[in-house]
Order: sequence, then structure tokens, then C-alpha cells
Amino acid sequence: MSKPMRRIVITGVGPMSGFGIGMDPLWAGLCSGASAIRPITAFDPSGFMTTVAATILPEQLDIRSVVPKNYRKATKVMARDIEIAVAAAAAAVTSAGLTTRGTAEGVAPTIAPERVGCHIGAGLIPADSDELASAMLNCRDADGGFDPGEWGRTGMNNLTPLWLLKYLPNMLACHVTIIHDCQGPSNTLTCGESSGALSIGESMRVIRRGDADACLSGGGESKVSYMGLIRQTFANRLAAVAVGADGIAAVRPFDPRATGTVLGEGGAILITEGFDSAQSRGVKVFAELAGFAASQCSCIDTVGVDLSDAAPDIAAAIENALENAKMNASEIDAIIPFGSGILNVDAAEAKALRLVFGDRLPKIPLITLAPQIGICGAGSSALAAAVAAQCIHEQKLPARLTTSGSAALGVDADARPSCSANIRSVLVTSTGMGGQSAAIILRRPA
Amino acid sequence: MSARSDRSPSERVVVSGMGWVTPLGHDLETVWSALMRGASGMAPITRFDARTFPTSFAAEVKNFDVNPLLKNPALHASAGINSQFALGAAAQAWRQAGLDVKPARNMRRVGMYLGAGEGVIDTPNYLAANLKAWDAQTGKTDGAKWAEIGLRILNAAGEIEQEPNMPLAHIAREFGARGPAYNCLTACAASTQAIGEAASILRLGEADVMIAGGAHTMIHVLGVTGFNRLTALSTSKDDPSKASRPFDLTRGGFVMGEGAGMVILETLEHARARGVKPLAELIGFGSSADSYRITDIEPTGRGAAAAMLQALSQAGIDPRARGADGRPLVDYISAHGTGTKENDSIETLAVKRVFGDLARDVPMSSVKSMLGHLIAAAGAVEFITCVMAIHRGMLPPTINYSNPDPECDLDYVANTPRAARVRTCLSNSFGFGGQNDTVCVTAFDE
Repeated sequence: MSKPMRRIVITGVGPMSGFGIGMDPLWAGLCSGASAIRPITAFDPSGFMTTVAATILPEQLDIRSVVPKNYRKATKVMARDIEIAVAAAAAAVTSAGLTTRGTAEGVAPTIAPERVGCHIGAGLIPADSDELASAMLNCRDADGGFDPGEWGRTGMNNLTPLWLLKYLPNMLACHVTIIHDCQGPSNTLTCGESSGALSIGESMRVIRRGDADACLSGGGESKVSYMGLIRQTFANRLAAVAVGADGIAAVRPFDPRATGTVLGEGGAILITEGFDSAQSRGVKVFAELAGFAASQCSCIDTVGVDLSDAAPDIAAAIENALENAKMNASEIDAIIPFGSGILNVDAAEAKALRLVFGDRLPKIPLITLAPQIGICGAGSSALAAAVAAQCIHEQKLPARLTTSGSAALGVDADARPSCSANIRSVLVTSTGMGGQSAAIILRRPA
Repeated sequence: MSARSDRSPSERVVVSGMGWVTPLGHDLETVWSALMRGASGMAPITRFDARTFPTSFAAEVKNFDVNPLLKNPALHASAGINSQFALGAAAQAWRQAGLDVKPARNMRRVGMYLGAGEGVIDTPNYLAANLKAWDAQTGKTDGAKWAEIGLRILNAAGEIEQEPNMPLAHIAREFGARGPAYNCLTACAASTQAIGEAASILRLGEADVMIAGGAHTMIHVLGVTGFNRLTALSTSKDDPSKASRPFDLTRGGFVMGEGAGMVILETLEHARARGVKPLAELIGFGSSADSYRITDIEPTGRGAAAAMLQALSQAGIDPRARGADGRPLVDYISAHGTGTKENDSIETLAVKRVFGDLARDVPMSSVKSMLGHLIAAAGAVEFITCVMAIHRGMLPPTINYSNPDPECDLDYVANTPRAARVRTCLSNSFGFGGQNDTVCVTAFDE
């Protein structure tokens, strides 16, 4: 434990959000106080309790234009979640100034492929309902339900042979590793909204133990689908927003009157790199990844929907991350919590922050992204880390929308405009459904 | 990573407990004796009516009831079959490790790293919702109707239970683990990767104990459909017990299995402090990505060889060297050995790449010939097989081997188990999407 750890930095940020591809549109949107929450148009959402989401519009993501020409055919087998990761990875690689097989085929890559890892958090990807139903139309029983007999005989042949590969969670990392020729350790973490943060933590571990010099790390997901919406509805996580109602006002992180969250589509890939590698390349460093830790929370209902008792476990992850960074809580100048507007989780997070930061907590600004980009499943905590790196880089805090009365939860999260700030370090915390918690500390590069 | 010889007791990772739930039984001894008999777990599928499917057989877990193994069955009343398998295997491992009677020092330092698959989709209701919401006029799903039907007929707890992090949540609840918690889902490589990364977490001092392994079943309508469309499954019309034929010239695809394997890993220092005798020591782990194609394996075996070489290098073992007894330093390889044309010949090629002229002297078998392919759970079950082989001095056979393939010309321990001195084993797992993972385990030596 006392051995000096290899230092790790972020040299590229690649967010994909309802504001578009890359950091520029996201940062502009966040600072101006805009919101990407809008009516869902991909399908008729009127039967669901929430009819809005921070969606990515067709004009914001043309997947064929973000992959190399010779890879365009493969975009046919990319579910939405895969598109998000592939677009985010393209933005990240560009941001870091890396040459890869994906940026320039046949040119020597900046970093040897076997020294590049890839860790991407993913969610449960639902099958496309139109595709599945249209394949099954001749496989209906007398009640209009599914008849497996006819499906086995003929129906399944209506599905494209690669059908399953659109929906395996590891296909996010699989496509990204093929496009950018990452041959090092690669993994797919599936721990709800903490998947992105845990992926960043895993990259840190892999780089520290010397198995890679750089990694593409993050996560991406869209729950804006029938199954995504219905599972979140069943888990009581969504704010009610009928057709025509104000979707932005519906999500109020750390507001004692909060009633739930709004989903988003998105994620982020960061280029995490050994400081020695970044130094030898002589590139810009957004932030240092100073510390990381994870914990499992106590879940009242076993499955981690009700996290009312989770504060000590969330606090343990934060304290261990501080210890990992050899830092003191007093060095943290801003916090990006999960901050969803799901009251039991917000309250547990606020209580955990109080345990760590004590009386200083109300003076530490929280950065709450949900009213602007929604909760993007496995992409959420990766987006938070990307924004944290940008805050440090720009020495600026984005705007906050909607919330009032957050003092009742003991935190500074009320609506206010963007502002400059002296930011030495930012804490990112994530507490996902299922109870996996993670904390990352990003520090201004020395 | 420190070289093996330099590792302190806090950096040495030992196995102190194991458990599994498999198609050939639900406890260590029953399954091991079945493997030693060359038994087969395959039979016609009972979980749904698969009679018309191209593949109508699988290796199902039979007569398994998790409740007698649990302290608090009521807390897991809603557990899906995946979580039940996971809990059953973990309960056995926990007991064998003596963690009830010689508890861990600090539950905040008891973590989990699983490679568990997604839960089983509620096929009849999910497909009924898709079919009944189909609008023949527009040729699309009617979203409002889908929501109305879905909210009415799908079961809330059952949907939440399909999230891949639910086995984590159940295990955390049953045993009180509050340390770092991860679930990875890298297709067929997941639980080998989970065991390898769990060891890395222990070595870096982030936990004292890790519950590691995997659980999965894809024996359901859409799972069998997906693999049938990929033409990955055996469609043999003969006796199902003869269908899984790894390395045989007539092999025609894998046979699906299901279940779970779990191990307790801990630092040697912690095992000693608890007064527990280790079962084996995990000395190496390698992970790589093919970065080749989403369906095909890199044909020269580069990725698979990279994972094996990395594991061996971490273990401090030269694969081209012989020991004082003139034999290779690796005594057994638990092959990924799925029984597909492509996997078995490329895995053979990769083993030759790593071991050179010694490859023929290293016995390698595939228990998938008997247990089927447990997908995400396969690696953990095969890791346990290695530890059993070390303890019993017996190698499990590859059954159904009768026609040698010129491309598969190694020693596959054909058809009957073999007595052997077994100290050091490799366990290979390769997943769709080009994930390659290998762990190296050896007899424990003070």
C-alpha cells in the first residue's frame, strides 16, 4: 500500500448528450442554463407516466458519419446504446489528440494497440419492439399471444442472423475496441447508473497495475424505449410528466418536494492515461484522476430501489476515495452527486456528504446535471466525470436549474446561473439502482 | 504488478471457498464425481416448448431449491433464477471459507465482483405486449397501446430482477458485503474476468475478501433464438448427450448450459488472520481484446495468446520451460472449448503460440462437453474445476471425442478422466466480441 502509485490523468473527454456530440455543445448548454429535456418523439409515449426525456435528436447523431468509412456496414447492428458509446469514443479520441485505426487507418497509432484498454459501462439493452413484433406476426396463438411452435419452425428466420449482437451489453466496448484497435484489457460493467464510474475506476486499476498505458473509459445508455421506461416506472423512479407538461421543471435534484427523475440518452468516454504517457506525448491534461473507491450499499428492499439507509455506505466510498487520493475532505471545492430528484436517493446522498464534509457541506457547490441532460443510465456517472474534468479545466461551474429549498437537505443545490470558481478538486459520486456506489476524485493538474 | 516472488502476504490472493450450481448437480462433490464419470447434463429443454426450434436440447439445472441454503429466504422471495443460482453457489463458497464461524475483519472490506448475466425475460407477457400493440395499418408498434398492455401484464419485481446487477444486490443482502461491488458482462468471458479483476482489487489493497464468480441462463425463447440465428448452437438430431463435442472433427456448435460458480478470494494475510487454510492460490490473470470483428475470432489466436501470456507472466511462469521433472510448468488447461469449429481450432492455435513445442505435453480439456456452456457463468465453474483437479490429482475429460481433427492436435484428455500430478492450471474464457481472459491458479504452498 505504501508503494508510490502510478499517477493517472484525463487527456480527452468525449461526452454524448442531448446537447450533441462532444464537450463544446454540452458545456455551452450547461453553462447557459439550457435543457435537452424535450418530448419523446421516437415513439408515442402518451401511455407512460413520463412523456419527456433528454433525447438525442436524429440531427445530433448520424452514426454513419462518426465511424470510419469501412465500418459503416457495422452500424446496422448497433442498438442506440452502442451508437452513443461509439460517438462518445470518437469525440474522446479527437479530444485527446490520439491517432488510432479509427482516426487514420494505416497510420502508426499514438499508443501501441496492446497498451490501450477499454472499459465501458452498459445497461440492459432492450430489443427493438418493431423489429421483434414484425418478425413474429405469423407466430400468434388464438389469443393473439406468442406461439413458440411456429416461431421455432419459421418465424425466427425473419430476424437477421446477427440480431443477438445488437443487444449484448459488451457490444459497446466491442465496437469501440475494433474501431480504435484497443487490444489491451477490456471490460463491460453493468451496475446500473454506477457503471460508468466503476469503469473509470477499473481503468485506473488496470493502468496502475501496468497492464495498459491508456484506456477508453466511461459508459453510455438510452432507457428511452418501451422497456427502459416501463422498468423505471416499476421502480418508482420517474417524475410524472403528461403530454404538454413542463418536463424540465419536473426534475428537481435535492429539492425536498422532488417527485422523481427524467431520463436522458447519453454517456461519455474519457481518455484515462498514465501521467508518464501523457507527459511523453506532451499533451494537455484536463484533470488528474486522484482517487477512486467503490462500495455496496445497504438496500432496504434487497434490490436497491429503496436506498434510504445507504448514507454510511456512500460515505465509506467517498472516504476511501479521499484516502486513495491521499487527500483531505477540505480540498474538495465542488461535488457532482448522482442528484436525480429521486428523493430517497438524494436524501441518502445528502446525508452521506454530511458525514464526510460536516458543517462545511452547505458551502460546497453541488453540480446537478439531471435537469439539463437527464439521468442517462450507465452513461450518467461517466458524463458527470467528463463535466467534472471540464469544470477543473475551465475553472467554472455550470448553471443549475429548477431546485429550490435544498438547504432543507443540508446542501447547496438551488437554481443559479453559471459562475467562475476556484476549483482545485471535484468529487463525483454515483449511487445506482441495485446499490453499487462509487466515488471519483478529480484534481487540477499540478 | 509485483513479480510473484516479491509478493507479500497482503498481495498474495488465495481461494478459500467454492460453490457451484450446475446441470450436473448443486454441490462440489456431486458435480465432481459426475465429471469423473464423464456424465452429460444435456436433455430436451423443459423451460419452454422448444420442440420446433433448430436446437431443442440444453443442459438445464435440475431440482434446485436455493431456500435451504439461505439464512433469510424471505429477503429473496422475488429473486429471479439467475439470482437464485448466484445465491446458491455463493452460500456454498461462504460456508466452505468458514466466513460464518471465522468472520471477516471488516465487512466494508468484503467486496464482490461478479460476471452475472441479465435475468430471464418474461417471455410470454413481453412478447404478448409486442404482438398485441402491433398496428397493422402503420406497420409499427402503437406506443400508447404497448404502454397500456405492458403496465397491465408485466410484473414489476420480475422486470427489476432482470437487471444484471441483481445477483450482486441479493448476495450483498444475504452476506452483508459492503466493499467494492462490480458486475461485468463480457459474454462468455465474464466470470473469468470477474475472478481476475477481483484478485487485482485484493492485490491493490482495496478489499480483504472478494466474492467472485458468475451466474447465467440463456435457456429461454429469445436466448436460444439469438444463438440459433448466429448458428453457434449444435443442432444435432441425435442423442443430446452426444451433442457437445469439443475438439472433435464432427463438432457442430455449443450446447447451452446454465448455473453459477462462486469463489471466495482473499488475501493470504487475511486468511491467515482468520485461521483458514487456503484451497489454492491465484497467481496470474490476463485480459485482452481481439479488436477484430464482432462475430469472428481473430484467426491467428493473437488475442487468446495475449491473455494466456499475460497471466503466465504475472504468475512468473515461462511456458517454454520445463521443470526439474522434465514436464511443462503448466499441468492442465481448462479450455474455453465450446465445440464450435472456429473456437476450438483457434484456441488450439493460441495454445501452440504460447507453449510452442511443449503444447502437446500440456493436457487441455473442456468440461463444456459435459456441463454445456454456462455463458457468463462458465469461467467460474471451470476455475473451480481447476482447483478440484489440483486437489484430487485428476483431470476431467473431454467427452464425445472420437474423430481427431487435424487442426486440433493437442492432448484433450479424451473421454476418460486421468490421474495426474496437478499443481498449476490455466483457465481460459473467450467471449463474443473478442474478449479474452485467462487466470492461472496453483496449489497453495506456504
